[in-house]
Amino acid sequence: MAKPSRMKPPMGHDNGWWWQQAADGKLAIQRCASCQTLRHPPRPMCSECRSMDWDFIESCGRGTVTSYTVLHHPQFPGYDYPLIIVLVDLEEGTRLTAQLQDCDSEDVEFGMAVESYIHQDADGFKIPMFRPATEGADNAN
Amino acid sequence: MPISLKNEAAIAGIGSTEFSKNSGVSELSLACQAINHCLNDAGLAPSEVDGLVTYTLDSTDEIEVARAMGMGDLTLFAKINYGGGAAVGLIQQAAMAVATGAAKNVVVWRAMNGRSGKRMGQGVSGDILSSDIIHWSWYMAYGMLTPVSWVAMIANAYMHKYGVTVEHLAEVAMAQRDFALNNPAAAGYGKPLTLDGYMNARMVCEPLRLYDCCQETDGGCALLITSTERARDLKQKPAVIRGVTQASSRGQEQMTSFYRDDLQSLPEMELAARRVYKMSGLGPQDIDATCLYDAFTPEVIMQLESFSFCGRGEAKDFVADGNLRRDGQLPNNTHGGLLSEAYIHGVNNIAEGARLIRGSSCNQPEGVEHVLISSGVGVPTGALILGRD
Ligand SMILES: [Zn+2]
Repeated sequence: MAKPSRMKPPMGHDNGWWWQQAADGKLAIQRCASCQTLRHPPRPMCSECRSMDWDFIESCGRGTVTSYTVLHHPQFPGYDYPLIIVLVDLEEGTRLTAQLQDCDSEDVEFGMAVESYIHQDADGFKIPMFRPATEGADNAN
Repeated sequence: MPISLKNEAAIAGIGSTEFSKNSGVSELSLACQAINHCLNDAGLAPSEVDGLVTYTLDSTDEIEVARAMGMGDLTLFAKINYGGGAAVGLIQQAAMAVATGAAKNVVVWRAMNGRSGKRMGQGVSGDILSSDIIHWSWYMAYGMLTPVSWVAMIANAYMHKYGVTVEHLAEVAMAQRDFALNNPAAAGYGKPLTLDGYMNARMVCEPLRLYDCCQETDGGCALLITSTERARDLKQKPAVIRGVTQASSRGQEQMTSFYRDDLQSLPEMELAARRVYKMSGLGPQDIDATCLYDAFTPEVIMQLESFSFCGRGEAKDFVADGNLRRDGQLPNNTHGGLLSEAYIHGVNNIAEGARLIRGSSCNQPEGVEHVLISSGVGVPTGALILGRD
């Protein structure tokens, strides 16, 4: 029997495009087409200038861990535990919640440098994740 | 001149069902039992109730209660959103209605099979595509599905910044469990909690362990709100509403306000604090006891700062000094709270606030004049100050 797969994010007008970018291998950040303000999570309107026009940029994927938690219980099918979830300040200035892979749950720490990649599940679903930064990415501000 | 809600209305009745892990009855049945006890406590006939307010999460509609209990004409019915964030929002609705004449006698309630039925702790699902579900979508795919996982993210950032330790969290849990030992209605009755017991319980979502998390309960709790004048003619000593407000702030999400600059504070709770202190003309020095919303232990510690009982980063020391206990500066959740009495989404904490004003808590401190009660933490929330007539 196939291993159960992760819960898929419900997708609507306001978020489906972001997951499509992930499926195409990109970590996207929504950008206001009027005032250029970046925003995440995506929303239909810019909270700075009320413009409905937007496009997006591709993130460089580098960031630092601003908070994290390690999930032990309850355990849901489709996920491996302990499950590390990090809140990452991306270099572009927006923040993203995602899973941290290739890291022991004992080793995750505040301020650690991470880099994103697109993970592919056994069922083909693609989802942005982080892993510890490989090169000496400095987290100076 | 706008109407101030200060002193316009009072909590005149309190009623609860038994709290259990398996009620064996419907949520409508729990609602009716709780409301019946509430009206008997106050000495008011169901036919006099003209307003009903509950949670959007409550499965029981207002008119189902009204028919089952033989209520007649209703002129106010409303449901308030955001889970436990609704708690004192119910009181605000009721107080506004009473102050403006929209209704005279308003019953608010929450009744839930929170253990045997839909368990909040088991997380969200994506059945209906709404803006709220799109919000949850950013967490669901990563397996971040439960309230404790969302709270852990903020708690960890707060604890890291201010050096809060698990011993501080444990003190919140143990202080409230000690109160529950005197409360026969509480889940924690007869079950003392030691530091060893706390530390040895399973890790749920780091840094939160089992006893950092509230109960899951089948039960109901109801309150009657009427004019302060009318409350004086009923059976119980009124718990007068000195100030009440809802509060949500910029960048607010439901449980996952992860994208604000400052993760280590609760701006919506600070807004609630400013509003209730201003409306009541009171300050933190006037508050004798609290029922701070306690779905998770770090929420209690953070709120001590939101309500200015302590400066930023100082709440851990305030807690470590035993101030949340009966002989401390600020006895908190003297019934055991959501952690050790029952999880009725905060309505049972408001009920305890009213008991503290009546002088009838099972852990009644001396000379309680004013009690501060809050709604859910990390969601659109609110605060309430009750006082003696
Ligand atoms: Zn803009």
